[in-house]
Amino acid sequence: MNKKTRNFALALLAVLGLSAALPASAQTVTSIRGADVSAPELPAGAYKPIPDQAPIQRDYVQQPPLIPHKVEGYEVSKNFNRCMDCHAWSRYQETGATKVSLTHFKDRDGGELSNISPRRYFCMQCHVPQMDAKPLVGNKFQRAEGLR
Amino acid sequence: MSDNNKGLRQRLRNMGWSAIVLLFAAGVVFWGGFNWALEATNTERFCISCHEMEVNVFKEYRNTIHYQNRTGVRATCPDCHVPKEWGPKMIRKIKASREVYGKIMGTIDTPEKFAAERQRLAENEWRRMKANNSQECRNCHNYEYFDYSVQGRRSNQMHQAGLAAGQTCIDCHKGIAHSLPPVAQDIGAGRDAVAPDVFHPPQPAQSQ
Repeated sequence: MNKKTRNFALALLAVLGLSAALPASAQTVTSIRGADVSAPELPAGAYKPIPDQAPIQRDYVQQPPLIPHKVEGYEVSKNFNRCMDCHAWSRYQETGATKVSLTHFKDRDGGELSNISPRRYFCMQCHVPQMDAKPLVGNKFQRAEGLR
Repeated sequence: MSDNNKGLRQRLRNMGWSAIVLLFAAGVVFWGGFNWALEATNTERFCISCHEMEVNVFKEYRNTIHYQNRTGVRATCPDCHVPKEWGPKMIRKIKASREVYGKIMGTIDTPEKFAAERQRLAENEWRRMKANNSQECRNCHNYEYFDYSVQGRRSNQMHQAGLAAGQTCIDCHKGIAHSLPPVAQDIGAGRDAVAPDVFHPPQPAQSQ
């Protein structure tokens, strides 16, 4: 048996062994919905938007801040952006809202625009309303050091 | 002529009370019929019997709080778009005959045509509600009865400031039951849009 053939045989053995071991190990993985991948998802909790309240602090530096108020029925469409009706630089003083950060004025090539970049138009792609939602899985996540 | 009149009067006198009762009954029937017909055109079912209303504004309205809410109180089309008082209601109804013309000519009979006309139509309605101090809102939401202690932080502040400055509901609450026409917000490409001073009318105190 030359070296080539031996390596080939060994590789074949390894592959066979892995394929035999893998399904067994896959079944032992338990996700939030259980061990079976095809199991139906757990019902969502009865999360209710909470009324206006103080904003929950950020957990890491780049985190989009949460929305500390209800957004039910807010129109964000091609015609109108309800968020920008209060949070735009031209409106925030009258409405008392937080003005959008300057990071939203850059286009994808890094060029500065005079208003919100189209790629930041749909606010709720990143910013979500605050909910009283507990973590689904217990974890040891710690707030970033600079934010503690 | 005078002979005829005399004859009529005499005949009336002859008939006496029965004539009065008959005329009164005829009046009741006529008035009742008129009112019935008027009310028949004052229902949601009548409004959405035109597809222009059903496929555009009605669909949008179904996603809003005035259609769907936890307590099941609903404000239907005429609650907001037709005044409750008799005089203004008659005026609105007569003006609405223009809408029949629009229906026949097919002014907004496709979604594209409707989208093109939306700004004009919306501004008509905003102007009407501004002129009557948002009467249709206040038929249910009387701001003198507001309990600010149970309003949210934002509504509490904005309502008190706005109402003190003499603003009316529609000055801020546009597009609450239907989608808005394009509004100039200086985001993205320029377009035919509602001007900022139409969308946020200057406060009366400032404009004086």
